[in-house]
Amino acid sequence: MVRLTGKLADGQFITRGVSRCSTERFLLWLAPWVALLVFGVYCAGLCLVKGLNQTNMDNRFVFGLWIFVDLTIIALGAGAFFTGFLLYILKFKELSAVINSAVIIGLVCYSGAMAALMVDVGQPLRCWFTFWYPNVHSMLTEVTFCISCYLAVLAIEYLPVVLKNRRLKEIPSFLVFEFELHKLIYVLAGVGTFLSFFHQGSLGGLFGVLRGRPFAFREGLMVWPSTFFLFILSAAAVGPSFLILTTWLVEKITHKRLVKDQVFQLLARISGILLCVYVLAKAVDTLVWLNRTSPGLGFEAAQYYDWKPFGTWILFAEIVLFGLLPALILITPGLRARRGWLIPATALACCGVALNRFVQTVQTQALPTLSFDRFLSYSPSWQEVGTFAGVLAYGVLVYSFSFRYSQVFPEERELKAARVMRLEIPEEELVEAGR
Amino acid sequence: MIAQGKTNVAARYGMSIDVDRCNGCGACMVACAAENNVPPAANGATERTGLTWIRVYRVDNGGEGNERRSAFVPMLCQHCGKDAPCVAVCPQQAVDVDPATGIVGQMPERCLGCRYCMAACPYHARSFNWSDPAWPAGMEKTLNPDVAPRMRGVVEKCNLCQGRLHTAKAKAAMAGRVEIDPADYVPACVEACPTRAIHFGNLNDAASEVAQESHRKGSFRMLEALHTDPKIYYQSKKDWVRETASAPRPGKENARG
Repeated sequence: MVRLTGKLADGQFITRGVSRCSTERFLLWLAPWVALLVFGVYCAGLCLVKGLNQTNMDNRFVFGLWIFVDLTIIALGAGAFFTGFLLYILKFKELSAVINSAVIIGLVCYSGAMAALMVDVGQPLRCWFTFWYPNVHSMLTEVTFCISCYLAVLAIEYLPVVLKNRRLKEIPSFLVFEFELHKLIYVLAGVGTFLSFFHQGSLGGLFGVLRGRPFAFREGLMVWPSTFFLFILSAAAVGPSFLILTTWLVEKITHKRLVKDQVFQLLARISGILLCVYVLAKAVDTLVWLNRTSPGLGFEAAQYYDWKPFGTWILFAEIVLFGLLPALILITPGLRARRGWLIPATALACCGVALNRFVQTVQTQALPTLSFDRFLSYSPSWQEVGTFAGVLAYGVLVYSFSFRYSQVFPEERELKAARVMRLEIPEEELVEAGR
Repeated sequence: MIAQGKTNVAARYGMSIDVDRCNGCGACMVACAAENNVPPAANGATERTGLTWIRVYRVDNGGEGNERRSAFVPMLCQHCGKDAPCVAVCPQQAVDVDPATGIVGQMPERCLGCRYCMAACPYHARSFNWSDPAWPAGMEKTLNPDVAPRMRGVVEKCNLCQGRLHTAKAKAAMAGRVEIDPADYVPACVEACPTRAIHFGNLNDAASEVAQESHRKGSFRMLEALHTDPKIYYQSKKDWVRETASAPRPGKENARG
C-alpha cells in the first residue's frame, strides 16, 4: 500500500505525455551516484579540515587536477551561454529543443567548478576578499567576478526549468513568476553571453599572461593575450559538441528519442565551422609563439618538447587529431548525418578542448624555467580525485532529477507521439497518406 | 615610533651573491628560517612541500669525471622590478612592490591561498603553507617576536627581512634621523654566510658595495630575457656558471642540475 502511494506521489510530478522509469528503478540509478557524492563530500571535507596537504600538489605543482578539470568543465559548459546566444540573440529557433538541457549542463559545470575551487584554495573563507580588494589587473579577478555573476544568471535561467514541473505549474503564483521571468530571458541571455564570453577569455588569459612562464605566455591585443580569444573560440566550438554528446548519452540511457535529427545537424554544423576557425587561429598562434614570442623571452621553443612524455606528439594531437579531424567530420554533411561519425567527432572535439586545457596548465607547470631545475611530475591524490568524482555525481544527480521531473526536452512528447503513430499505422499507409 | 623614511630618492634594496664563494653549507637557509619563524617541515613533508624562503641549488657543468665542476646557487625571491610577474596576477592585492624600498612584499593576512603568484614566478621562490605551522615542544620560545608566523593555507616568501627593516627604522627615528643606517639593516642570510658570499644594500646608492658589485664584470641576473628586472645579482668568473642564468637549452644540457 505504502509502495503504491509512493509510486503515485512520484508519478504526479512527472510531466504529462512522457514516460519515465519506475520509482524503484530511478532510486536504483541514483544509489551509486549518491554514494559517490557522499564520498566526494568526505574527500572535500578532508581537504577543508586537514588542509591541502591532503592533495599531491606542492610548491612547484601549485595547481593540480582542479585547474585542469575546472577549465575543462567550464569550456564544456559553454554550450549553455552559446546556445542561449544562438537561440535568443541570433534567433536559431530550432535550438529551443536543447536550451533547457544546455542550461542544466551549464549550471552543473559552473557550480561544480566553483565548489571545487573553494576546496582548492588555501583560505576559502577569504573568498570575499577578491570582491573587497579586487586587483583589476589580475585575470583571476575577472574570472571570479564573471563566473560568480554568470552562475547567478544560470541559476535564474534554471528556475523556469524547475517551475515547468507538473505540480509546481499548478501553483498560480509560480506560473505568473515563470511567465514574468520568461520576458526577461532575452536580457538574461544577453548578460549571460557577455559574462560568459568574458570569463572564458579570462580563463585563457590566466596562463597566457604569465610572462615568467614562456611556455604559456602569449602576445595579444591590448591587455589580453591570444589565449583569451582562443579560449572563447574553443569553448564556443566545443559547447555545442558537448551538448550533442550529452543528449545522445541521455537518449541511449533512457532509450528515448528526445531531439529531432535536424537539431543535432544544426549543432554539429555550428560546432564544425567554429572548430575550423579555431584550428586555423590556433595554428597561427602556435607558429607566432614558436618563432617569435618564446625565443624573444630567451627560450628556444624546441626545448619544451625535449622533456618526455611531452614530445611534439602533444602538439599534433591537440591541433590535428582532436581539432582538424573532428572539424572536418562535423562540417561534412554526409559524415555528420551518420551517428557513427557524428558522436566520435563530438567526443574528439571535447577531448581536444580538455587536452588544450591540460597543456596550458599541467604541462606549463611541469616544464622548468631555470636551467638547473628539473622536469616535474604530478599525480593527484585520492582525495583530489574523490572531490571531482563528487562533482561528477552532483552533476548526474541534478540532471537526473531535472530530466525526470521537468520538461528538459520540449520535443520529447511530440517525438513520442510520432513514434506511437508510426507503430499504430503501418508504414505503407503512411507512405500512401504522404502521397 | 617608526621613521617615515621620506627621502628624495627611493631606495632599491638588493643583493649580490658571489656563486664562486658559496660552499653550499646552507647557513643562510637556517638563519632565514630562524629569523622569519619559518616552521620545520611537517610530518610527511617532502622537498617540494616544505617551507623555505631561500634554497641552495647545486649545479654542475655537465662534465664527466675530472671534467665535472660544481657550484651552489642560492635562490630566493629575486625582488623583481615594478612589473614583477607575481604582483599583477594576485586577485586581491596581497602582493606589492614597495616604491620606497623596491621590496616585493607578500601580505599573508590578505592571501587567499590561490597560489597564482607561485605559478607566475619563474624563480619558484615562494612556498605555500600546506599544513598548520608547528614547532617542536619548547622551540616556540625561540620564535622571533618581530615576525608574525603564517597560518595554514597562505603563501610566503623572502621579504628581505622586513622585520629588521622596521627595527632599523625605529632605531633611526629614536636617534632623530630620517634615513636608516645601512649597518642596522642586514638580512639574516647575509649575516650568517660564513664565506661572505652575499652582500646586501641599496642598489640606488652608487657608493654601496652591492651597487658596485652589480656592475662588476661577471655579474649577472637570472633569466634576464624575461625582463623581470630582478634586484638579486649573482657573480661568477666561470662562463659555465654564468650560463646557468639563461633558460634551459634543448638537448643534453636539460639534464643539468
